[in-house]
Amino acid sequence: MAKEYETVIGLEVHVELATRTKIFCGCSTAFGGRPNSHTCPVCTGMPGTLPVLNRKVLEYAVSVGLATNCDITRYCKFDRKNYFYPDNPQNYQISQLYLPICRNGYVEIETAEGTKKVGIHEIHMEEDAGKLIHDEWEDCTLVDYNRSGVPLIEIVSESDMRSAEEVIAYLEKLRLIIQYLGASDCKLQEGSMRADVNLSVREAGAEQFGTRTEMKNLNSFRAIARAIEGERARQIDLLEEGKAVVQETRRWDDTKETSYAMRSKEDAQDYRYFPDPDLTPVSISDEYLEELKGRQPEFRTEKMARYKAEYDIPDYDIEIITGSKHMADLFEATVARGSQPKRVSNWLMGETLRLLKEKELDPEDIRFSPGNLAKLIAMTESKAINSTVAKEVFEVMFMEDMDPEQYVEEKGLKTVTDEGALRKTVEEVIAANPQSVEDYRNGKEKAIGFLVGQTMKAMRGKADPAGVNRMLKEMLK
Amino acid sequence: MDKKQLLSLSATALGAAIKAGETTAVEAMEAVLEQIEARESTYHCYVTIERESALAKAAAVQGKIEAGELTGPLAGVPVAIKDNLCTEGVLTTCSSKILENFIPTFSSQAFLNLEKAGAVLVGKTNMDEFAMGSTTETSYYGVTRNPRNPEHVPGGSSGGSAAAVAAGECFFALGSDTGGSIRQPASYCGVVGMKPTYGTVSRYGLIAYGSSLDQIGPLTRTVEDCAAVLEVIASHDPKDSTSIKREDTDFTAALVKDVTGMRIGIPRDYFGEGLDPEVKEAVLRAAELLKENGAILEEFDLSLVEYAIPAYYTIAAAEASSNLERFDGIKYGYRAEHAEGLHQMYKKTRSQGFGPEVKRRIMLGSFVLSSGYYDAYYLKALRVKAMIKKAFDQAFERYDCILGPVAPTTAPKLGESLVDPMKMYLGDIDTISVNLAGLPGISVPCGTDSRGLPIGLQLIGDCFQEKKLIRAAYTYEQVSQDA
Repeated sequence: MAKEYETVIGLEVHVELATRTKIFCGCSTAFGGRPNSHTCPVCTGMPGTLPVLNRKVLEYAVSVGLATNCDITRYCKFDRKNYFYPDNPQNYQISQLYLPICRNGYVEIETAEGTKKVGIHEIHMEEDAGKLIHDEWEDCTLVDYNRSGVPLIEIVSESDMRSAEEVIAYLEKLRLIIQYLGASDCKLQEGSMRADVNLSVREAGAEQFGTRTEMKNLNSFRAIARAIEGERARQIDLLEEGKAVVQETRRWDDTKETSYAMRSKEDAQDYRYFPDPDLTPVSISDEYLEELKGRQPEFRTEKMARYKAEYDIPDYDIEIITGSKHMADLFEATVARGSQPKRVSNWLMGETLRLLKEKELDPEDIRFSPGNLAKLIAMTESKAINSTVAKEVFEVMFMEDMDPEQYVEEKGLKTVTDEGALRKTVEEVIAANPQSVEDYRNGKEKAIGFLVGQTMKAMRGKADPAGVNRMLKEMLK
Repeated sequence: MDKKQLLSLSATALGAAIKAGETTAVEAMEAVLEQIEARESTYHCYVTIERESALAKAAAVQGKIEAGELTGPLAGVPVAIKDNLCTEGVLTTCSSKILENFIPTFSSQAFLNLEKAGAVLVGKTNMDEFAMGSTTETSYYGVTRNPRNPEHVPGGSSGGSAAAVAAGECFFALGSDTGGSIRQPASYCGVVGMKPTYGTVSRYGLIAYGSSLDQIGPLTRTVEDCAAVLEVIASHDPKDSTSIKREDTDFTAALVKDVTGMRIGIPRDYFGEGLDPEVKEAVLRAAELLKENGAILEEFDLSLVEYAIPAYYTIAAAEASSNLERFDGIKYGYRAEHAEGLHQMYKKTRSQGFGPEVKRRIMLGSFVLSSGYYDAYYLKALRVKAMIKKAFDQAFERYDCILGPVAPTTAPKLGESLVDPMKMYLGDIDTISVNLAGLPGISVPCGTDSRGLPIGLQLIGDCFQEKKLIRAAYTYEQVSQDA
């Protein structure tokens, strides 16, 4: 009988913080921009420059630590991690090794077996590196320092996870906490959240951990799940063949669904960490900590409970809406503008999710404003536009966030409320479609649908279909 | 005013003469450039001389002085800047091949403060490569000679700055002091040099050697100049996290010829084995003179002095090994040709770009930070540093300042020092504790040895007590001239 194996997984998660400026200088952190346009002497490592800590980075790091039940290090320091690579202009990265800002935390995840705690070993602050671009045509490598100095936190978990499902649940949990704090948008595809997976296997019941590998280049939850399954199988195969697992860093290739070794422990670098003498230690006062505790937002669990109590919307809707901080904010802001919660929820659950899926976007990418959604809902409620027109308008609004009232006005999409004009059109439709009229009169209820459609067509969609239906029935009596 | 008379002025006297209309900033600059023309081939104080722009800038400053826009004591005064301080648009090499073509896009804050006060840049002074050395012989651009005797070194690492002041090739200069690099060359060249309390002068734009020890300071002809320059360059700078906000930077207020009741401690540790008898005698004579003028002298044991050198070379080299990583041929500076791939490019660039002393310290620093040795060397050195600070704290409970020599000997002959690096390192014994403890220290000329080489008197103060040092140094300077 085949042996049973247990998978042991720990995660190192890098999260790019949503500060306006970089961690040690005043340059913008905005995405895009011409190469090296968001740079200055500090983040390009010019001689003589010095780093100055962006206090917002500290605030976010402490807030994430508080939300993940960590001990906050009251006297923390930055250390230099020394290694040569052109994306790193100083050839050292400012990070934290000896006194990271947060330690000994945990988050709770839901698993098939119930609630489980995943320990957080530490969270530290550090700077991101630039980007190398190989120019095949010129056969040279170019470097763009726009990302150099963008603030990151690295969240190092304990080796508490045992399956891909637990890993995904942990990542989802972290992502929601961080999004709710507004500390990052946590997009895996764009790299604002990156996860490295440390994985080992051992025979079920064994006390010792097996030799672990570290997997990098995981750009989606699906890739993470596949990489975990792949690595688990690879390690078990090795053990079954009586071979040893080598401690190494491996790179996952999601298109080939396989990984290959990048570097082994033997050629691991000595980073010669030491406290950065250019930065003074950070002392965290009681007042500061209390202030940040006081500013912690309503997290998802609390929000779900409140929605349940306050709004008459299905549990499923609540789960989806609160599953994204941005969507929850949008929902609440729209309701605050007087829209009925159920109608707001319907727009989010229906058209919004449909369009997100169609355009392969995240809820965090939603661009339309609550004010415009509220206006659209108000227009459908007052029957100023019918639901077909509303969907059309919404689709444009989803992309462009224009004022729907103005748009409807400009495009002349308003439902015609002029009884006389409508009656005249209906009369014309009746006259032009004697066969359908006869069918209807002979008891073919369905024929009325065709007549409504013809009327709507003649009105170029700008009528209330229910009203047309009523009028037709009345006139054909 | 004739050139000779003009060149004999101190920086503040020149500033006053310009303000009074007795001379102009342009005349002063012309005099300095003429002096450079005559003497530079012998002394080689500068890596870069701003011949053309200096005169244009002097003229612009003169206009502002006449318009009443510049009224400070240094307006119109020619200044030399050590070549490890960034100057926008002006070559800044750290006297290294690896920065042979580096022109900064910004200026160091200390220099900006001087420019704002109307001082005019003459040029960038020679130094030991990346400030590593005690003789200015490790410069890639050739040695600087001591104006008091060209057979001898000017000291280092701010040797070019000290020599330029002594040779009349500028009216004052800025240097940097990591382990004595301002005070020791000041002493060797017979000028005044001060290392302020760590954090007093912004390090922004100073190309770092040992970041936790580096401090910019003045090299001047008189104590009055020293106070005036310090007053201008000291500023709280939000761009430097280690910069300190001080309210007491009116240093010229301390130019008072009176040391009555001042308690001066004389550490026996600074007068032991290895100290040249002539230096010892001159320094103790200076102490006597202060005593005659009302100071209270007392000998004491500072302790731990013998641990300062290993601690210093561990910490400074560790920081330097990391600080100098950015010089890699990728972004600026020298890049080796014909390299196969990235790794070889790094290796060739750095092998060819750095001189032997810099390589020695990078290797030493990399070693003490490497895994397995970090605790034994680097952490232990930090503990020694903390203990040295404590020893000084205890001393300053009893004394207003501490008096000793700047260096165990006067300036050695060219070529004598580099053959034995350990011996050269030991020459820093009297100055490095001040950097480890973050304290201010000043070097004031106190006579010459039998060969006519200058001797320096060092006064060390508690943190933020520059005024006590200025007062004591000023008093000594005045009464020794009277005597």
